[in-house]
Amino acid sequence: MIDTALANTTPGSQSAARPRKRKLTFDYVTFMVVFLGLPLAIFLIFVIWPFIQAVFYSLTDWSGFTPDMNIIGLENYVRLFNDDIFMTALGNNVLLAIVVPLVTIVLALALASLVTVGGPSHGPIRGLRNSSFYRVVSFFPYVIPAIIIGILWSQIYDPAGLLNGLLGLVGLDMFESFAWLGDERTAMGATIFVIVWSFVGFYMVLFVAAIKGVPAETYEAARIDGAGRMRTAFSITIPLIRDNIQTAYIYLGIIALDAFVYMQALNPGGGPNNSTLVMSQQLFRTAFNKGEFGQASAMGVALAIVTLIFAAIVFTVNRITGGKEEKGRS
Amino acid sequence: MTTEAITTRGAARSNRAVTSAKRKPVNTPGDKAVGAASHTVLIIWSLVVILPLLWTLMTSFKTTKEIFASPFSLPANWNFNNYVSAWTQEGIGNYFLNTVIVVGFALVIVMVLGAMCAYVLARYKFFGSRAIYYLMLAGLTFPVFLAIVPLFFVLRNIGLLNTLPGLILTYVAFALPFTVFFLYSFFKGLPDEIAEAAAIDGAGEWRTFFQVMLPMAKPGMASVAIFNFLGLWNQFLLPVALNTNKSNYVLSQGMASFASSAGYAVDFGALFAAVVITIVPVLIAYVIFQRQLQGSVSQGTMK
Repeated sequence: MIDTALANTTPGSQSAARPRKRKLTFDYVTFMVVFLGLPLAIFLIFVIWPFIQAVFYSLTDWSGFTPDMNIIGLENYVRLFNDDIFMTALGNNVLLAIVVPLVTIVLALALASLVTVGGPSHGPIRGLRNSSFYRVVSFFPYVIPAIIIGILWSQIYDPAGLLNGLLGLVGLDMFESFAWLGDERTAMGATIFVIVWSFVGFYMVLFVAAIKGVPAETYEAARIDGAGRMRTAFSITIPLIRDNIQTAYIYLGIIALDAFVYMQALNPGGGPNNSTLVMSQQLFRTAFNKGEFGQASAMGVALAIVTLIFAAIVFTVNRITGGKEEKGRS
Repeated sequence: MTTEAITTRGAARSNRAVTSAKRKPVNTPGDKAVGAASHTVLIIWSLVVILPLLWTLMTSFKTTKEIFASPFSLPANWNFNNYVSAWTQEGIGNYFLNTVIVVGFALVIVMVLGAMCAYVLARYKFFGSRAIYYLMLAGLTFPVFLAIVPLFFVLRNIGLLNTLPGLILTYVAFALPFTVFFLYSFFKGLPDEIAEAAAIDGAGEWRTFFQVMLPMAKPGMASVAIFNFLGLWNQFLLPVALNTNKSNYVLSQGMASFASSAGYAVDFGALFAAVVITIVPVLIAYVIFQRQLQGSVSQGTMK
């Protein structure tokens, strides 16, 4: 088998004792073309090229279906800033990007600490009994498609849905046939809860893994020093897994800045008085319903910029607070 | 200094051993209270997760009339009428088939291409390899929304708009950065000696990859494949924008259009049945593979 392989290779590779063959043999060239060229071509054509085009289109007044297009500079962007509806959407996105990660991470972290180090305060550090059950169950929503989660919850929030039924059972009759998604005061809160609901389990599992990566001695040392459960959580757990928290914050923020699926499922029209409208919905409408592709591309660029700014803020905040932490420890 | 540290630690350990041995049988009342409270909190959250799902399951057997009568009433007769009408009349069966085709092909292609690309980037030094890696990272960070409008026209120009192959290609392209990014560190970690040994034995680049390196990367491949599967199965924006032909709909967009059209001439029973049809296969797969999946989560994030 190997003999034939040897015989087939070109003479250049006969001296194969060298670790890496640099010679341009047929084998090496085809290998590089297929292994690197093919994936890279797909990636460039379908990902990078559209990104570049989007930036260009955002400077034009192109409608998409006619060949004529004029470069109008930054006019699309100026129009965005004067567009009340878009600014409302931007505001909603910013609100989502602040609240969703915060609530999700606090909840996930609390549940993860209970599962991992919530056990008895003596003997080896351990979590609660049967904790894997909770872990498996809370992870359920992560494997359900987001659109299904949205549809499911829009039925629960329905005036005749599960939520009002439950509230009726415990005697809160004033909520009978209350439209949670149809009222400006509750629509955003209800939506945020749905997004949180779908991600808590995933980040709980992530934090459980991170906490398990902290050496048990650290927790034992804290306990010997007399740290209680709260103190342990704030002085040991959070500082030691802060990188994981940062990653989680960025991921969740990016999801919240998009949020398209959830919004489309819960309130396709943008909610009462646009109270749950987000940029992505506005972009989609502008592009595929109104046919203003230039303007829509400008929205896409704005969305990308907001995302980058968000990530930069998270990194900076972590750097600043993390720096202090480092000093305090030494 | 070190010996001192060791002895103190040793002393602490033996101390603790004594105390814990003494205390082992009793759970202090405080512990019990905390334990009970923790269990309560966790059970409440589990209920918040499970109840909506169970309610959906129950409701999927009710007729639309029963659904409007009361959210809690049990269905008068348990039959699969809703499921049948969801699967056939509402076209969920067709969407399901499309999704299996698209996700299946895209998953296989992206795993092969992603592994190949990650392997080359991780193990071969050549001009521009860092640049390509960072380009991939950039593709991972930018929102898909930015690309969606031009992508529409790219696909239209090559005649693949509204077709399943077009959708598969796009799925592959957008899952590629993630795949490469995660497998990159995996291939980087494989020992050099093995590739060298393969080379000495006369295996070419192709054989080294497919017969030696790829099998060694199996654990990493499995994790990434699971995440890609979930991501592609859940994909919503790409099909909604790029696949507007109703007979080519995938499950997620089919469900969305079903739910929004359901606002008027509604078969709510069938809607709930369709939701159950969509959830159950993934949920079963999850329960079977949950150990593997949770392992993947920790593996992916501990880097």
